[in-house]
Amino acid sequence: MTTTLPVLTVDDLSKRYGSGCAACRDHAETALQGNTCRHCGTVHALSGVSFEVHPGEVLGIVGESGSGKSTILNCLYFDEEPTSGHAYLAAYERGAADLWTASGERRRWIRNHLLGKVYQNPMLGLNMDFSSVANIAEKMIAANDRHVGRMEARARVLLEHTRIPTHRMKTSPRQFSGGMQQRVQIAKALSNEPPILLLDEVTTGLDLSVQARVLDLIKQIRRDVGVAMILVSHDLAVIRMLADRTIVMRDGRQVEAGLTDQIMEDPQHPYTQELVYSLL
Amino acid sequence: MSRHGTYNFAFLDEGSKREIRRATLKAIAIPGYQVPFASREMPIARGWGTGGLQLTLSLIGPDDTLKVIDQGTDESVNAVNIKALIRSTTGVTTSDDTAEATLIQSRHRIPDKPLRPDQILILQVPIPEPLRFVEPREEVTRRLHAERDYTGAYVLLFEQIMRHGDVTTGADPPVEVHDRYVMAPSPIPRIDNPKMDHGDALILLGAGREKKIYAVPPHTRVTSLAFDDHPFRSEDVDGRTCALCGAEGVFMDEIQDAQHGGTTFRCNDTSECLARMNARARAS
Ligand SMILES: Nc1ncnc2c1ncn2[C@@H]1O[C@H](COP(=O)(O)OP(=O)(O)OP(=O)(O)O)[C@@H](O)[C@H]1O
Ligand SMILES: [Mg+2]
Ligand SMILES: [Zn+2]
Repeated sequence: MTTTLPVLTVDDLSKRYGSGCAACRDHAETALQGNTCRHCGTVHALSGVSFEVHPGEVLGIVGESGSGKSTILNCLYFDEEPTSGHAYLAAYERGAADLWTASGERRRWIRNHLLGKVYQNPMLGLNMDFSSVANIAEKMIAANDRHVGRMEARARVLLEHTRIPTHRMKTSPRQFSGGMQQRVQIAKALSNEPPILLLDEVTTGLDLSVQARVLDLIKQIRRDVGVAMILVSHDLAVIRMLADRTIVMRDGRQVEAGLTDQIMEDPQHPYTQELVYSLL
Repeated sequence: MSRHGTYNFAFLDEGSKREIRRATLKAIAIPGYQVPFASREMPIARGWGTGGLQLTLSLIGPDDTLKVIDQGTDESVNAVNIKALIRSTTGVTTSDDTAEATLIQSRHRIPDKPLRPDQILILQVPIPEPLRFVEPREEVTRRLHAERDYTGAYVLLFEQIMRHGDVTTGADPPVEVHDRYVMAPSPIPRIDNPKMDHGDALILLGAGREKKIYAVPPHTRVTSLAFDDHPFRSEDVDGRTCALCGAEGVFMDEIQDAQHGGTTFRCNDTSECLARMNARARAS
């Protein structure tokens, strides 16, 4: 029998903004209002989140604004320091070493070689003072590529793949539409062929027709590249279209997890029921 | 009170000089690393070399011979003013001859004549941070240096290649010092970059407004950032001959000839040019 290691394992991730107090650390159920402590004001952005992502799988994370979705991706991409928890990548030390105990230098290596991220806000993921090709090359340069011709050729392939006309590769993403900016981010995230992509609200704020094209692109990447993805969205319709399995977040907690189809057909948690019925 | 009027020798008080020397020693000990220092107000406008001036004043002794160059010339208003200030507060001798000088303060050039172990070159720096254009926040650039993350400097180069096809234009091309820190060599022409590599003289760099001192000690490896398929290249000086001294292969200024409409070239390093002209006159 062969068992394949999950691409990514997250174990008991918590993230607090604030130091917390006895009340919210020991009796979260009564002390917290939403994700915030009534006594000390500490924000419990994530409380004990655990999940796995399997090879080639798309894991959806859905939940209302402020439920902690972006915080999960920020911790995984080392943009934020988790308060506690562990994470393992199959591609890093064969899944035996916790990412969050790695040194700054190792973290940079992991981020540049093993992860790709699309930010909710393109301003955070792209440098608007540089051309699109340089934005894509940045990820390869960060992974120590020092060959201009090779990086330019790779960027060209990725831009074609993400359907950005290559004659515009020297244009700054500043001059692109929102949908194109997201596609440049996707091209950049794919540049080092990471085993997993972190996608934060890739279609939020885009026109419906543009949304549909970006979603098609993600489907196509999944089919052609077979890369695993975490797809964060507050929009259950997007999740339903793309995610194999889904986690439902509320106030920093996982309230439900399972196969997307099952969750859609038979939601268990009242909050999930509310979400699903609102789709109908 | 010293014999030079109301000022202390070399203008700065001894406490300030000691503080600058301490920062200088640290800079020499960590080649290419930007050491913060408490930059003083100087009686010249900021941006006109207060960083270089403070280095010069903290190092100069009565037996030194000083040369000051501004973009290759010893006679610009700026160079003359700096020399006058230092002369009046120290009484040292000044010289235009690179070979005679023990301390050389310069803006935008490294002299063409190779420097000797007993000489110190002081370069004035406007923007000491090679990553500033890609990262405006000082606390972040510090971390990037600590982690030796120079991605941003290479992205900048990559972008120049995308825009211009190659990187042979633009002064201040960043260098890696002693295989560790990337630094801005101050806005010198690219042709001066290789002069920093394994030189005989100590090179100090001072930024007054940004309050930083850094150094390239003698015999230190200095390499210009480049890509495998785009190696570092200097400005193309081939086919240019100095109209005054006949030199070739050195950095030249382009002179538009208003009368005849053409372009002629002159050595940018005027004291070397003059020396060559004198040698020619003696020979004939
Ligand atoms: N720096 C911070 N300081 C304090 N609280 C923060 C900070 N960053 C995030 N939070 C809080 O953490 C919680 C989770 O935020 P997060 O951005 O992860 O939510 P989200 O699910 O991505 O929401 P959205 O759908 O609006 O993007 C929110 O309550 C947010 O206000
Ligand atoms: Mg978010
Ligand atoms: Zn509390």
